[in-house]
Amino acid sequence: MTSEKTWIGRPVTRIEDGRLIRGEGRFMADINPVPGIRHAAILRSPYAHAAIRSINIQEALLRNGVLGVFTGEMINRELNPFPVGVSAPVNYYPIAHSKVRYVGEPVAVVVAENRYVAEDALRDIVVHYDTLPSSMDIEPAKGQLDPSALLHEDILNNVASSRRFEYGRCEKELKQAEVVLTNRFRYPRNTAVPIETYGVIANYESHSDYYTIWSNFHGPFTLHSVMAHALKIDTHKLRLCSPSDIGGSFGVKSAVYPYAVLMGVVSKLVRCPVKWVEDRLEHMQGSSSATQRITDVTMGLSCGGKITALKLVQYDDVGAYIRAPEPATLYRTHGNLTGAYDIRNVLVENYAVMTNRVPTGLIRGFGGPQLYFPLERMIDIAARHLGIDPVDMRRRNFIRIDAFPYTTASGAVYDSGNYQAVLEQALEKSEYNHFRHQRSETSGSLRYGLGVAAVVEPSGSNMGYVSLAFTPTERMAQWPKSGAAAAATVAIDPLGGISVRLDSVPEGQGHETVARQIVADALTVPMDAVRVIVEMDTATSAWTVSSGSYSSRFASAGSGAILGAAQKVRDKLLVLAAAKLGIDVSTLHLHQGWVWQDKQKTVWSLRRLAGSIHWNPADMPKGIEAGIHETCYFTLPQVSAPSVDDRINSSAVYGFLIDIVKLAVDIETGQIRILDYTTVHDAGTLLNPLLAQGQIYGGIAFGIGSALYEELVYDNNGQLLTGSLMDYFVPTISEMPKHLKLSHHSTPTELTPLGAKGLGEGNVMAAPAAIANALSDALGIEVLHLPLTPQTVFELMHSHQRKEATRT
Amino acid sequence: MLKVKHDELATLNMAVNGHYYRRAVESRLLLVDFLRDELGLTGTHVGCEQGICGACTVLIEGVPARSCLHFALSMKGKEITTIEGLSEWPQFPAIAEALSRRHGVQCGFCTPGIVASMITEEGVSEEEIDVLLAGHLCRCTGYVGIRQAWQDILAKKEGK
Ligand code: FES
Ligand code: FES
Repeated sequence: MTSEKTWIGRPVTRIEDGRLIRGEGRFMADINPVPGIRHAAILRSPYAHAAIRSINIQEALLRNGVLGVFTGEMINRELNPFPVGVSAPVNYYPIAHSKVRYVGEPVAVVVAENRYVAEDALRDIVVHYDTLPSSMDIEPAKGQLDPSALLHEDILNNVASSRRFEYGRCEKELKQAEVVLTNRFRYPRNTAVPIETYGVIANYESHSDYYTIWSNFHGPFTLHSVMAHALKIDTHKLRLCSPSDIGGSFGVKSAVYPYAVLMGVVSKLVRCPVKWVEDRLEHMQGSSSATQRITDVTMGLSCGGKITALKLVQYDDVGAYIRAPEPATLYRTHGNLTGAYDIRNVLVENYAVMTNRVPTGLIRGFGGPQLYFPLERMIDIAARHLGIDPVDMRRRNFIRIDAFPYTTASGAVYDSGNYQAVLEQALEKSEYNHFRHQRSETSGSLRYGLGVAAVVEPSGSNMGYVSLAFTPTERMAQWPKSGAAAAATVAIDPLGGISVRLDSVPEGQGHETVARQIVADALTVPMDAVRVIVEMDTATSAWTVSSGSYSSRFASAGSGAILGAAQKVRDKLLVLAAAKLGIDVSTLHLHQGWVWQDKQKTVWSLRRLAGSIHWNPADMPKGIEAGIHETCYFTLPQVSAPSVDDRINSSAVYGFLIDIVKLAVDIETGQIRILDYTTVHDAGTLLNPLLAQGQIYGGIAFGIGSALYEELVYDNNGQLLTGSLMDYFVPTISEMPKHLKLSHHSTPTELTPLGAKGLGEGNVMAAPAAIANALSDALGIEVLHLPLTPQTVFELMHSHQRKEATRT
Repeated sequence: MLKVKHDELATLNMAVNGHYYRRAVESRLLLVDFLRDELGLTGTHVGCEQGICGACTVLIEGVPARSCLHFALSMKGKEITTIEGLSEWPQFPAIAEALSRRHGVQCGFCTPGIVASMITEEGVSEEEIDVLLAGHLCRCTGYVGIRQAWQDILAKKEGK
């Protein structure tokens, strides 16, 4: 047999680039898929918490060019509230009617002949509000809250969901531990800030009651049923389409769905197709964000540094409504709560608390940064307490290489890994030991610090993890949920043209390129013989609830579906060739687009076989259908529903990474400069190393932003203070360290057909922890919250000095 | 000095990508909206409308500028080049090739604006690259691939 030159694993440049660099991408704002589109603008609440006394739309209706003005009351009459992921009675609609619960919440919608006129008319609408006290605390009040500060009637103290889980004997171990350490950490509310904002076009057809909605929604498509339920229609009447190009999302665009429903109803009421493109202020106020989290960590240890018990009390600020898929931020990492460490006694208390802030949702890392910032900080704090080197502390607690496959206390199955080896490689790459000796050096007002973070990176989310928010008894009454399935279709046209259709709805990750690599390999054709279609259309694409791009699921699930579909096509062609040739199929294989029998080229090419399927179907051997259009749904079987004892394998596969940061902090200005950043990943087999590198660089930039700059700041009344990109600081090239070192130490997984694990989120989880560890090291002060702005650094030093002063 | 009310139409004569246009526009219409909505040149993107992100960068009289910060009417008699025009320039293929080879493009939303800065700033030093790129937000790439692509182009020039 001839060995094939394969495309998978090679740093192939991207097919997407050609159109994007020329400005020929097709983003939401660029497309007008139906004629007669009119433009919507949204009036939003200026208050965080207020009753709506009256809305007067008369003036707005009279304005030249206005087609319709609709209040929350008029719109919500057409809707059911969105189903939510908890049993608490939260009535969440895409627009407020009797009361507003966050600044930026939609209150009315204007449709006009263009956006300028629509915005003019917003100013004509008069709303009278009675303001109410804002509820901004995450930690639930100890006593009873004043009823006026409750966001939703009947929800005591604004707690939407709470659950407690104990694995092993955590309480007991904590009582007996030689050392017990406790700390409270705060992870800030930050957000994704894709450069493209939300966009929606909705078209309602009254004769059929069909809604077709184009948007930059990228899944999870579980939300398709949530949207159909809200619209009071059967699911087949809702057709969701996403364009080929989405200008970044990093999770946040999954929460465009309430706006898709909103515009759907508006299109129905105004009787024409409606387009809405969000502006930047709207995006900062009213799209979505990560949860802010307070974590109380209690760690039990032996004097030798072995962690014996870990207790986490997590309070997530989910904003004004607990919007599906929340409280998922609390559960996405449930299986891997103990990170890279062998800890058998674990206790977790989770609280999802509602506040007068924008509702939360997916943001790159989703639950990971909230977990690893406290966990990895705590490892360093414990190390310092016990006089152990932080690297040694990690070595002593890592899951050992011979323990794989390893099942964590809370139920994740880590199938493969070699954490020690990744760590050693990172130490060497970063010249850790060399830097460690310099660490005590100071120069003028500069202090130097070194920080490490170890992160188990989950990818391919289990659709069942969110149901952990329900008790086992509550779950028993529901249908079980599980899996991380993906779908793809490979087709060959009558003259041999190959196309692949994906359900992964990429937002810049380069799925078209990787799909081409996979299919070209499977069918032994040149890459440019394969056309990849990434537009999503729920009426014509193969898809399922877990479709979409989130939880780094392309490498773990999507690639398996593409390979599966291509193999189905290959197998069909070979069976047909075998029948035509009258020989055993097991002797046949494809090579360079032809069917070969062992070392002998046959007369059948892929193109000719495909042609005969299309042009001569009457002559098909028995059992072979005409046409060649094969779909594969791929899932990983071990991604099962939560067990009755609340354990869950919350993700399909688990990668690993070590980040090491060297930084300098100026104690006079509070400025932090990252001098050197090293990251070593175990993401299994890399499908395309060039794209993997891009994901890692992007992830580091994102993680540096969360560590040092980014926070959606609200004042005590719930006013957003960071509504523009002047106030909410996204890293520019100047904030990127010049010395970035990347490498890989791969232990391929046998769970995915190509051996790949996800890798797009790991650095977002690791960077905040590694940077905070480095700053603590530089200052000798424990960092307990983010972002580490100059002001935070200043406050850290001053409160420390005050403490020192009172001590002496 | 031009005097028109905000929703009154006034006549605009300008050149875009070498074509002459004569249009009646509202005085408040932004250049970026004019390019995208009136002329259908959707390669110029809007990320903030506040002059921060750089996604809307085009050339006005050959100089990179934020098209969200200008009124269309103020372009009277001027020459604008958008990405649709830039992609015909002789320097363009080398830039496109370098960006792709270095993986300086992910979602591509920021890219046309960045190309407008790259193509006009050919003779910059390595340090100046960072200064110029700091005027563009990219949330996907961490800027590494973009910086490398620009450095490659410089290196090639100097090599010649
Ligand atoms: S849209 Fe012009 S700078 Fe952002
Ligand atoms: S490539 Fe997505 S913003 Fe730059």
